[in-house]
Amino acid sequence: MSAWTGWRDSDLWHGFVGSRLTVVAAVVAAVLILGALFAGLIAPQNPFDPLSVNLIDALTPPAWQAGGEGRFLLGTDDQGRDLFSAILYGSRLSLLVGVASLVLALVLGVGLGLLAGYVGGVVDAAIMRVAEVQLTFPAILIALLISGVARAVLPAEEHGRIAIPVLVLSIGLSTWVQFARTVRGSAMVERGKEYVQAARVTGLGPGRIMLRHVLPNVLNPVLVIATISLGNAILTEATLSFLGVGAPPTEPSLGTLINKGSAYLLSGEWWIVLFPALVLSLLVLAVNLLGDWLRDALNPRLR
Amino acid sequence: MIAFVLRRLLQSVLVLGVVALVAFGLFQFIGDPVNNMLGQDASVAERARLRASLGLDDPVVLQFLRFIGHAVQGEFGMSLRNARPVSVLIAERLPATVELAFSAAFVALALGIPLGIFTALRRRSPVAQGVLALSLLGVSLPTFVTGILLVMVFGVYWDLLPTFGRGDVVDLGFWQTGFLTLSGLQSLVLPAFTLGLFQLALIMRLVRAEMLDVLRADFIRFARARGLPERKINYGHALRNALVPVVTITGLQLGTLIAFAVITETVFQWPGLGLLFIQAVQFADVPVMAAYLLLVALMFVGLNLAVDLLYYAIDPRLRVGGFRGRA
Repeated sequence: MSAWTGWRDSDLWHGFVGSRLTVVAAVVAAVLILGALFAGLIAPQNPFDPLSVNLIDALTPPAWQAGGEGRFLLGTDDQGRDLFSAILYGSRLSLLVGVASLVLALVLGVGLGLLAGYVGGVVDAAIMRVAEVQLTFPAILIALLISGVARAVLPAEEHGRIAIPVLVLSIGLSTWVQFARTVRGSAMVERGKEYVQAARVTGLGPGRIMLRHVLPNVLNPVLVIATISLGNAILTEATLSFLGVGAPPTEPSLGTLINKGSAYLLSGEWWIVLFPALVLSLLVLAVNLLGDWLRDALNPRLR
Repeated sequence: MIAFVLRRLLQSVLVLGVVALVAFGLFQFIGDPVNNMLGQDASVAERARLRASLGLDDPVVLQFLRFIGHAVQGEFGMSLRNARPVSVLIAERLPATVELAFSAAFVALALGIPLGIFTALRRRSPVAQGVLALSLLGVSLPTFVTGILLVMVFGVYWDLLPTFGRGDVVDLGFWQTGFLTLSGLQSLVLPAFTLGLFQLALIMRLVRAEMLDVLRADFIRFARARGLPERKINYGHALRNALVPVVTITGLQLGTLIAFAVITETVFQWPGLGLLFIQAVQFADVPVMAAYLLLVALMFVGLNLAVDLLYYAIDPRLRVGGFRGRA
C-alpha cells in the first residue's frame, strides 16, 4: 500500500472530505434559503402579478442562448413569467410547506408519543396500532390519500384556496409516526425514573409532569430525526405538486413548476423544467447533507 | 413458530381491517348517492324507497360488512370519472404496473448486485469510487427528476427511446403484455430505469457493505488460510452470506416499487394502476381510490408477512425469545 492510499483511507481524509462537503452544502443551502426568504427583493419580477407578466415574452430561452434576453436570466415559461423569479418564489413556498409540515408532524408525533409512553395502557395500544397500520404504507401514498379525501370533501371552487393547508396537513399526518415511536420509547424509560416519581409525590398533575419534566428529557433524539426529515418533507411536497395534487398553478412551488415544465419537454423548451428540477435537487441534497452532519454532531454516541 | 405465525396473521388482518374501514369511510364523503340518482324532482317517498333498496337505511356496521363482502369479490361499483366498473378498470391497468415493477426490480438486482460486489472487491479503484459517488446521487435525486432527466437525454437530445406510453402490446386474453413487441420493450427501458434507480443504488450499497463486513469475518480468513482460490472465497463464501439481508430488503422494496410507480407512471404517461390512482385523487373518484387502497394494502401486508416469515426461516436467532413484528 502506497503512502497515498494509506492517507486516503485515514480518518483525517474522510473527515476533511466530509467537512468540505458539509461546507459546500451549507453554502448552497444558505444561498437557496436566503434567495427564497428575500424573493420579493431579489426577483426582478413578481410572477404572481398579472400586470408584470406579458404573454409576448412567453417561452423566451435563457439569456445566454440565441434569442434570449438579458432581463430573463433563465428564460420564461409559457405565460411569459420570468423563470428566475418564479423559482425564487417557488422555493419560498417549498421551504415554507416543508417547515410547516415538519412542525405539524413534530407537534403531533411528540404529543402522541409522550401520551402513549407516559400514560401507557389502552391509550398506548390505540396510538401505536394506528402508527403500525400507517407504517405499513409509504408516506407518499398516505399523503396522496389525505389530499384525495380533502378534494372529495370540499367543493371544487375551494380547492385552490385551501391547497396549501391541505398540503401541509397531508405531509404532516404522513410523517408523525417516527417521532411518536421515538418519543414513546424514551418516555417509557423516563416514566420510571426517580425525578418523575418525585414530581408525582409533590402532587403535580400528569399534564404538567409530561410537558415540564419528561418532555425536555426526550427531545434530543427528536431533534436528530427532525433534521433528516426536513429534506423528506420538501421532497414529498415537490412530489405531490408534481403529481398535480399539491400547490396550485396560481401559487406554484418548485414541484408545480416542474410539473408545468414537463409538458414542454418534448417541444424543446427544456429550461422551463430543467432549472426548477436542478434547484429542487440541490436544495434537497444540501438540506440532507446538513441533516447528516447535524445528526453526527448531535449524536453523543458518535462523538 | 405457530404462535408467531398466528400473531403475524392476526396483525395483518387487523391492518387490512383498518384500511377497509378507511376505504369505506371514503364513501361517506361523496355525498348522498340517492340525490345523484334521482335528481331534484323526486318525491320523498321515492327517495325513501330507493334508500331502502340500496340498503342505506341499514345500520352502519351492516353496511360496512356488506362493503367488505363486495370488496372480497372484487366489487367496488362504478368509477365516477369513467362510468365503468372499477374492477374492469383495475384488471385493465394491472398488467402495465406489474410488468413495470418487475422490470424495475430486475434492473435493480441485475445491476445492483454485480456493482455491489465489484465496489466491495475493488474498493480502491477509481471506477468503484466513481460508481459509489453516482449511487449517492441515485439515492438523493427525486424520482420524477430522474425520469425527466432521462427523458431529456435519451428521449429528446439523442432521440433513442420512446418517452411515453407502453408501445404496442400483445393481448393474451387475460393479460396485455408489452414484453413481446420491440416497441413495447423499448418503451419499458426508461420507466424501468427511473423506477429501479433508487433500489439499484440501495441494493448496490447494501451488497457492498455486507460484502465488506463478511470479508472481515474469521471464516473468510480461515478459508484463505486453507488455501482456497480467491474466486471461491469471494463468491462461494462471502457473497452467499452477504445476500441474506439483500433478499429480505428486496422483498420489502417490491412494495415500495409499486407505490413509487405512481410517480414514474405520471412522468412517462404509463397506463398503469398508479396513473389510474393519481387521476382518481385529482378528480376525487372515490370508488377507484378505495379499490386501489385495498389492493395496495393487500400487497403490502402480504409482502411484509412473507418477508417476516422468510426472516424467521433464514435467521435461527429470531426463534429464541419474543420476536416483535418488524416496523
